[in-house]
Amino acid sequence: MIVLENTPPAILVLAIGVLFATGVYLLLERPLTRVLLGFVLIGNGVNLMLLVMGGRSGASPIIGNAPDGVRMSDPLAQAMVLTSIVITLALTAFVLAMAYRSWQLHGHDEVADDVEDRRVARHAALNAPAFEDADDTEPDRTLDEEAADVYDDVDDSDDGPADGHADRHADRHADRHKERP
Amino acid sequence: MPWDSATLVPLPVMVPLFAAGLTLALHRYARVQRIISVTALAAALAASVGLLVAADGGPIVVEVGSWAVPVGIDLVADRISAVMLTVSFVMLLCVLLYSLGQGVPEGEDDPGTTRGDMIPVAIFHPTFLILAAGVANAFLTGDLFNLYVGFEILLASSAVLLTLGGTAERIRAGSVYIIVTLVSSTLFLSAIALIYGATGTVNMAQLAERLPEIDPTVRTALQLLLLLAFGIKAAIFPLSAWLPDSYPTAPAPVTAVFAGLLTKVGVYSILRTQTLLFPDNPTVDQVLMVLALLTMVIGILGAVAQNDVKRLLSFTLVSHIGYMIFGIALATEAGTAAAIYYVVHHISVQTALFLVVGLVEWRGGSTSLDRLGGLAKLAPGLAVLFFVPALNLAGIPPLSGFLGKVGLLTEGATVGTGLAWVLVVGSVVTSLLTLYAVVKAWNKAFWQAPSEEIESDVPLPRGMVLPTGALVAFGLLLTVAAGPLYGYAERAATASMDGHTYVDAVFPDGADRGRGESVVVGDDGDEAQGSAQGGGHG
Repeated sequence: MIVLENTPPAILVLAIGVLFATGVYLLLERPLTRVLLGFVLIGNGVNLMLLVMGGRSGASPIIGNAPDGVRMSDPLAQAMVLTSIVITLALTAFVLAMAYRSWQLHGHDEVADDVEDRRVARHAALNAPAFEDADDTEPDRTLDEEAADVYDDVDDSDDGPADGHADRHADRHADRHKERP
Repeated sequence: MPWDSATLVPLPVMVPLFAAGLTLALHRYARVQRIISVTALAAALAASVGLLVAADGGPIVVEVGSWAVPVGIDLVADRISAVMLTVSFVMLLCVLLYSLGQGVPEGEDDPGTTRGDMIPVAIFHPTFLILAAGVANAFLTGDLFNLYVGFEILLASSAVLLTLGGTAERIRAGSVYIIVTLVSSTLFLSAIALIYGATGTVNMAQLAERLPEIDPTVRTALQLLLLLAFGIKAAIFPLSAWLPDSYPTAPAPVTAVFAGLLTKVGVYSILRTQTLLFPDNPTVDQVLMVLALLTMVIGILGAVAQNDVKRLLSFTLVSHIGYMIFGIALATEAGTAAAIYYVVHHISVQTALFLVVGLVEWRGGSTSLDRLGGLAKLAPGLAVLFFVPALNLAGIPPLSGFLGKVGLLTEGATVGTGLAWVLVVGSVVTSLLTLYAVVKAWNKAFWQAPSEEIESDVPLPRGMVLPTGALVAFGLLLTVAAGPLYGYAERAATASMDGHTYVDAVFPDGADRGRGESVVVGDDGDEAQGSAQGGGHG
C-alpha cells in the first residue's frame, strides 16, 4: 500500500480550494475574458496542486548539492508545473486573441448561445402567444413557414462577401425584428 | 547500428513536427510548403505501417532521450497504437490532398459563398502538421503527462484550425470549443496531479502496477476523474453538446479531420486507461454502458431532427461514439476487439462522409437539405461517393460498419446481462435510425427534382474528388481485409486485456525494476535521486 506520508500544508490546500472555487465561478460567466480569468485561476490552482503532490519542499534537486541529511525537492512535479505553465500561457494568448476578434466583430466578447439553444428559444417564442393568433398579421402562415423565414446562421449559402459576414449577420437580425415586432 | 524497429517509433511525432517548423519558415513559398507537408505525412504514414507490422511481434518501447523509463518519458507502440496511427495518417494524408485540391478559388472574389471557402494556406499547413504530431504523440505515449501534452498540442492546433479566417460564426463556435477544451484539459491535469500524489508516478506501465495497491475508493475517484476529462474530448452523451455546435462551421477538410480523429483520441485514451490502468471495476463499466446507450440514442435522435447535412453528420458522429464506448464497457477481449475495429472503421467512414459533404457544398452551393436536390442526376459520381460511406455508416452488410456492429452485438449477447441486452437493442435501433438519417439526406439532396439554385455545370476539382475516392476505397478495403484486420484487433485486445504484456515490454528486466529505481512512499529524496540516476543513463 502506497501512502502519501507528507500531509500537505493546510494553507496550500486552502489556496487551491479558493483558486478552484473562484475560477469555476468566473468560468460560468458569459464574457470570454472572464472565462479566461477563470481558466487562469483554475490553472494556477492545478499547478499548485501538482506542486503539493510532489511532497514537501527541500534542497534543490541536484545530486551533490544538498547538505547531508537534507532531502531534495521532487523535480518531476516542478517539471510538470513548468510544462503546464507554458501551455497555459499559449492558450491564454489564443483566447485573448479570440476575445479581441469577437470584440472587433460584435463590440463585445460574450459567448453566444449555440444553434440548438437558439432554435429551441425561437420555437418557444413562436409557440408562446398562441392566444393572440387572431391578431396575427399573417394568419395564413403556418409555423413551419415562419420558422423557415427566421435567420439560421448554420445555413450560410447565401451570396455575400466574407468580410461583410458580420454585417450580414446584423442585417438579418434587423430584418427579423422588423418582421416580428 | 543495425536496423531496429524502435527507430520507427518516434517518427510519426517527429517528422510532422519538423515539417511544421519548415512550412512555417517557408510560408512564402506555397508550392514548397505543399511538397513538404505531403512528404512529411507520407513518411509518417510509412513509419506507421512499419510499426503496424513490427508491433504485431509485441510492444516496441523507446525511452525518449535515453532517460530510463520510470523517470523519463517512454513511447510505446503496441498493436492498438500502431493501428490507430496507420488509419489516422491515411486519413490525414487524404484530407491534406483534398485541401490542396480545394485550394484558393480561382479569381473568385466572393469568398463569402461556401464554394470560396478558402483556406489561408500559410497558416493551414503548419497547424495541420502540428495537429498530426499531437495525435501521433497521444497514440504513442506511455506516460500520462505526455498524453496530456499530446492532447494540448492537438487541441491548440485544432482551435486554430476551427477559427481559420476569424469570421463571426467561427469565432462563436470556436469560443464554445475552446472553453470546453480548457475545462477538460484542466480536469485531466488535476487527475494527473492527484494520480501523482497517490502513486508517485505518471508512467502508465508503472501506474498499472501501483494503482491496484492504493485504496479502491481513491482509485475509483481517479478513474472517474480521468473518464470525465476523456469523456468531454470523446463527446460522450452528457458531455457531447459542444460537438455538433462547433464542428460544422469549420471548412470541410478541417471538419473532416476533427470528426474523424479528435473524438477518437478521446476514445483511445479511455480504452487505454480502462484496460491498462483500471482493469477491474464492474460498477464503472456499468455506468459506461448506460452512458453508451444514451450517447447512441440521443445522438441519433439529434441527427434525425437536423436539416443540414454537416450538422446531421456531426450528430451521427456523437451517436456512433456510443458504439465504441459500448465495446470498451463490455470489458471483455471480444468487446475490446470490436471497439478497436469499430474505431478504425469509423475514422475512415466519418471522414469520407465529411469530405463528400464538402464536395456537395462545392457542387450544390449549400449543405442545407432544403436547397439541395437532384444531385444524383447532376453529379452521379458524387452520389456514389456519398452513398457507399453513408450505407457503411448505417451498417449495411457486407460493409465494415456492419462487421463492427456484428462484433459488438455478438459480444453483448455473449455477456448476456440485462444491461448488455438493452444495449444490443439500443445499438440495433440506433443503426436503423442512422439508416433513416442518411437516407433522408440522400432523398433530399440527391433525389428529387434538381433545385434551380444549383448550377448545372460546376466541375468538381479532381484534386478534391480523388482523395475522397481514395478514402471511400480505403473504407471498402477495411471490409475486404476485415479478416486479417479483425484478427489484428483481437490480438491487440488480448494483449491489452492480459495486463502484463504492456508492463513487461516497458520493464523488460522484471516488474520490480521500476520500483527499485524510484521508490516513493513519501520519501522525495529517494525519488529525486532515482531521477538523477535515470538521467545518468542518457
